[in-house]
Amino acid sequence: MNGITQATALWYASRATGVVTMVLLSAVVVLGVLVNRQGRLPGLPRFAVTGLHRSISLLAVVFLAVHVLTAVADKYVTIQLVAAIVPFTSSYLPMQIGLGAVALDLIAAVIVTSLIRARIGRRVWRAVHWLAYAAYPVALVHSVTSANDLRSGWLLALTAGCVLGVAAAVCYRLTAGRRQALPAAAAPTASRDLDPYLTAARRRPHAEPDTRTREGTLL
Amino acid sequence: MSVRLKVNPIACTGHGLCAELLPERVRLDEWGYPIVSAEPITPGLQRLARRAVTDCPALALLLQRER
Amino acid sequence: MTDSATMALPGMAPPASDASLAHAGPAAVGAMPRLLPPGAPAMPQDLHRHLRSHGALPYRGGGGRPGLIAEIAAAGLTGRGGAAFPVARKMTAVTEGRRRPVVVGNGAEGEPASAKDKHLLWLSPHLVLDGLQLAAEAAGARRAYLYVHAGGHLPERLRHALAERSAAGLDRVAVSLVSGPQRFLAGEESALVNRIEGGPALPTFRPPRTFERGIGGAPTLVQNVETLAHVALIARHGAAWFRAVGTPAEPGSMLITRHLADGTTEVAEAAIGAPLAALLRLGSAPVSAVLTGGYHGTWIRAADARGLALTNASLRPAGAALGAGVLAALPAERCGIAETAHVVRYLAAQAAGQCGPCLAGLPRIADALTELSRPNPDPRWLTHLQRWAGLVVGRGACHHPDGTVRFVRSALTVFSDEIAAHRRGRCTAGTAGTAGTAGGPGTAWPRAREPFLPTAAGVPGFAQDWR
Repeated sequence: MNGITQATALWYASRATGVVTMVLLSAVVVLGVLVNRQGRLPGLPRFAVTGLHRSISLLAVVFLAVHVLTAVADKYVTIQLVAAIVPFTSSYLPMQIGLGAVALDLIAAVIVTSLIRARIGRRVWRAVHWLAYAAYPVALVHSVTSANDLRSGWLLALTAGCVLGVAAAVCYRLTAGRRQALPAAAAPTASRDLDPYLTAARRRPHAEPDTRTREGTLL
Repeated sequence: MSVRLKVNPIACTGHGLCAELLPERVRLDEWGYPIVSAEPITPGLQRLARRAVTDCPALALLLQRER
Repeated sequence: MTDSATMALPGMAPPASDASLAHAGPAAVGAMPRLLPPGAPAMPQDLHRHLRSHGALPYRGGGGRPGLIAEIAAAGLTGRGGAAFPVARKMTAVTEGRRRPVVVGNGAEGEPASAKDKHLLWLSPHLVLDGLQLAAEAAGARRAYLYVHAGGHLPERLRHALAERSAAGLDRVAVSLVSGPQRFLAGEESALVNRIEGGPALPTFRPPRTFERGIGGAPTLVQNVETLAHVALIARHGAAWFRAVGTPAEPGSMLITRHLADGTTEVAEAAIGAPLAALLRLGSAPVSAVLTGGYHGTWIRAADARGLALTNASLRPAGAALGAGVLAALPAERCGIAETAHVVRYLAAQAAGQCGPCLAGLPRIADALTELSRPNPDPRWLTHLQRWAGLVVGRGACHHPDGTVRFVRSALTVFSDEIAAHRRGRCTAGTAGTAGTAGGPGTAWPRAREPFLPTAAGVPGFAQDWR
């Protein structure tokens, strides 16, 4: 850690907490998909998956706050506090910092609505929560364009890992919608097999369009 | 005045957290959907019931106050 | 059989056992029919004919509002949409809110076996519209809706009727005609409110009841169109006139849709209390079972049905109810389980698909019944069917699973012999059917044929021009 001196401590702190925030946000998105898909983490009850999703997102907020405050406090570059919230008003790297501000605003909206979700109702909460999928790529572009060291070495590998993890989770979110429908009898006069009816192969309500055709004719 | 846990069956997608948090009042059927008991929430269960309501990923639970 | 165009037009001279007198006009005490125009075939009533038969629209005006509700209470009118809720009580409840109420006439009639509302709206729309105005006046409403199925010529017919009234300056409250899809659940109260508010005709989860907070948050009075027609007549002739027909506990007349064993379907008006045996002509052909209350109703063994009357009091011990007046006599040559399975397949397909237990359970129940209607079914299907039925009751946002299970459970009771026969590879229905898949000499399995109970409502093909 030769480069860190009294003068540059805040600057390094900002960059370090930025990296941590990126990792935590990536984990939050993956956990969010896991909650939505009713997936489980081995050995943990379902409320733990939800609990982790919330705890890690709050932890990410803490690191995000330190990341912003240290960047503002640092004298190496001039970034006003307001530029962290109002996009594209920074004098230093306005584009990159601006993207960071956009990401922060989106994340703030998601976090605040989630904290009061029982009060604002399902529809409003859900609508705002979708912004998380916008916040992540914006934050990612902010990171990659603001910090040169993310583009090589182990930081590049770390970033790539985060992106791949989130991409895989998003693919899973988009494709794992179909659940097994109940099997039809092979031929109109043939009998059905009972076992598939007893397994938990259920359909999620609202997940499929209404294409059920169970009317048929009399036997 | 009694407080009862109720599920909105349209919002519910069968996550099952409620049954884990409050097995005294909620159990899951063979399809993963909650069967909520009509018994009132006793003071001892209030905290867990409120947590189940806020933690439900589908926001499908509510506490109903009845006279 | 399932083609609604073959339904006989109402107004055909009802059998003597329907407690009818000579057609002395609807005002005569005890005369029938009251709601439907007389004559065979009945003439659709335009405004002029309507006013001539029934007289002017008797608005109470000013402080007369409580008067109509009191009259309806004295008459003992209950809702004709299926729930049989006391109308006066509903009207009072709607006026107790802080906001101005809204009134809706429910003519959606999603039940494919029921045609009475469509017939009433076609033949006597002005009775219904009179009732809507009077209900609006009694409730203090300034907005009214008439909710009907979108297909066929009925919306056009109603628009014409509304135009006639508008030209005559008859209506005091503007009526909006809203059309809904031909779905079983379209007439369900929360689905109706959802549709009128601009959303889909699907049930919603509404902790407050519709009469407290309905359309746009206002207290909403929803009445079946037949109920409104009765209101229009009670307002003209009084409570005592209404009670001249029917029983003391369940007064008045009601429209029924009867599916007779010979395959005909007819809408008729009957006095409450009339014997089921006469209404369904149970003596004329061999009948194995009777269905009351439609597809959310109850099967009754024919032998038991012979002693019952068209009242809830008479039907209740048999676990049945009048519902919206659907009565069906199942011919003995039909398999009750196969018919039930066919209907439940339809009900499962008609579920809104919004609630997990109903979406998971109803198709399973339908398929189990289908299996039980085949020869030599796996006996485990019946065990699982009973468990699934228990699992769906009360777990949906509406009463679709509850009603379906009531229908299924009554079938399992009434057709228990049939189920036992199927297990042995026999079907008690159909004596000389060609051996189907049962095989073997002496096994009689009825051939595959079109179902007796209709699941395609279609739209009544009324022949006469109403212009």
